[in-house]
Amino acid sequence: MLAIYRREIGAFFTSGIAYVFLTVFWLVSGIFFYNEVIARGIADTSSLFESMFYIVMFLIPVLTMKLLSEEKKNKTDQGLLTAPISLWDIVLGKYFAALTLFVIAESIIFVYAFVINYLGDVVWSTLLGNYFAMLFLGAAFIAVGLFISSLTENQMASAVVSLVVLFVIFLSERLVSDFENGGFFKKTVFKAVSSIAFYSRYVEFTRGVFSLPSVVFFISAAFLFNFFTVKVLEKRRWS
Amino acid sequence: MIEVRNLTKKYGDKLAVNNISFKVEKGEILGFLGPNGAGKSTTMNMLTGYISSTSGDVLIDGIDILEDPRKAKANIGYLPEIPPIYVDMTVEAYLGFVYDMKKCKLPRKAHLKDVCNLCKIEDVRGRIIKNLSKGYRQRVGLAQALINNPPVLILDEPTVGLDPNQIIEIRTLIKKLGKKHTVILSSHILPEIQAVCDRIIIINKGTVAADGTADEIAKNITNEHKMTLRIEGPTHTADDKRLIADAVRALDGVTYVRADMERERGIYDYDVETDGKTDVRRAINKLCAENGWNILMLQLSDLTLEDIFLKITMDEGIDKSDDKKSKSKPKIEIKTTESGKLRAVQENSEERSETDGSNDNNGGEE
Repeated sequence: MLAIYRREIGAFFTSGIAYVFLTVFWLVSGIFFYNEVIARGIADTSSLFESMFYIVMFLIPVLTMKLLSEEKKNKTDQGLLTAPISLWDIVLGKYFAALTLFVIAESIIFVYAFVINYLGDVVWSTLLGNYFAMLFLGAAFIAVGLFISSLTENQMASAVVSLVVLFVIFLSERLVSDFENGGFFKKTVFKAVSSIAFYSRYVEFTRGVFSLPSVVFFISAAFLFNFFTVKVLEKRRWS
Repeated sequence: MIEVRNLTKKYGDKLAVNNISFKVEKGEILGFLGPNGAGKSTTMNMLTGYISSTSGDVLIDGIDILEDPRKAKANIGYLPEIPPIYVDMTVEAYLGFVYDMKKCKLPRKAHLKDVCNLCKIEDVRGRIIKNLSKGYRQRVGLAQALINNPPVLILDEPTVGLDPNQIIEIRTLIKKLGKKHTVILSSHILPEIQAVCDRIIIINKGTVAADGTADEIAKNITNEHKMTLRIEGPTHTADDKRLIADAVRALDGVTYVRADMERERGIYDYDVETDGKTDVRRAINKLCAENGWNILMLQLSDLTLEDIFLKITMDEGIDKSDDKKSKSKPKIEIKTTESGKLRAVQENSEERSETDGSNDNNGGEE
């Protein structure tokens, strides 16, 4: 697993994806930071984190798009699958490589905290709580992206499909938001959709609630999709 | 070392590999031969655990590849058809990655150096694989397979894209490796298989069509003997062709005669097949002496691997005359491989310049 992890981290940088990802992440989050914190003259970071959801949603597919699709396209998966390692080694090596890069990217928060420190008082509990919430959100999204990357040979298709899936989950939540007080049918739909909702769970954190069920939800989602990815690789072998 | 039992692979309804069984002993070099789509690569992919079999077992050193894949795979070095190299890494970094991935316990620096020396990629170790030529990439792929000194090497067309010198180097390397490792290799280049392999398995349409040394296979398949004659007739025209062919055909023990191309002006070559029991060379000599013809060349050509291969893979479903025609096609190639490269090549080039001059022969095969 470690060998794959190391190679994948290296590949992020040699292929330039890491630079694009980090630049865009930091640039857009910097704009949000300026708008939501500096310009408004408040030291509260929760609205900043609320906006950061969009960056995570849009950028994770870039991070995960080529992880497995390119291996298949270049037939380098033959090297991995015939090596004396398990499928979990392959999937988790790649997963943690992407997660590491994501952690590097979101750690820009501490630079912002440093800036806020000069202008006022940093509310560390909100900041750290949200930092970890974002980490869990990213962990779940990366697993989804990795899973979709395992389904196709085409990087672009992988990126677009991942984005669409994440976006549809996000939008469906908005769509059913007023179903909560409707009839039985509407209520069921609302329950079903909001139980797989990423956004409202994430936003809960920004409101100052560190909800353990949501943490468990994100971690299980991450585990589940990594499990699916392993199954896809296994299925391909048996087809 | 490797045991394959009733291996079958189905893709949907299509039977890619059908009930293949064979055994490879330690230190043996086995050649896999077969036309495109015969199931060579599929078989190799199953041997290495890249894909699973629909039914049947693969045992590597007694370990089932599907039951204990990690342990079985640790014994295999695999070079697939397309080397699994990451083009944006340097050779050094890539081999280091493979070393880590295979959890190699051998001393890192010395082992990587050995492998690089063996494959002659020492001088490109610092370069990015993207910028290497096909030959070098192939050798990096081979180096990757050799890391951790696996007892079994499975090489899918290892010499594709190499220049003649490199091909010879790789062949010598494989022969050398065959002393310590068990090697299975596939190739389209028949002389290569003949030069390197102890044993040959010919696969056709997913089944084992022949198994054994080249000589054994040849013996089993046919008892015909063939020779090529070049006879100078009296008139130096196409009439000679008919006359001589008919006369030779009338000899005892001759089963088949075909007039071949005009090799020298007015002089033709004849392919003669005998029943394998009678030696007709003396009779032919006598016949020619009596008629005042001159034998300019007599070359025995027993069944080559090419002939065997074509016979096995093309016999089915093609009627006799078509078969003869298709067999006659690689005629020139056979000569080049049989009678030593240099002479044959010269002969060809001579002939080409001649036909250019006389322009009455359009190089037809018949």
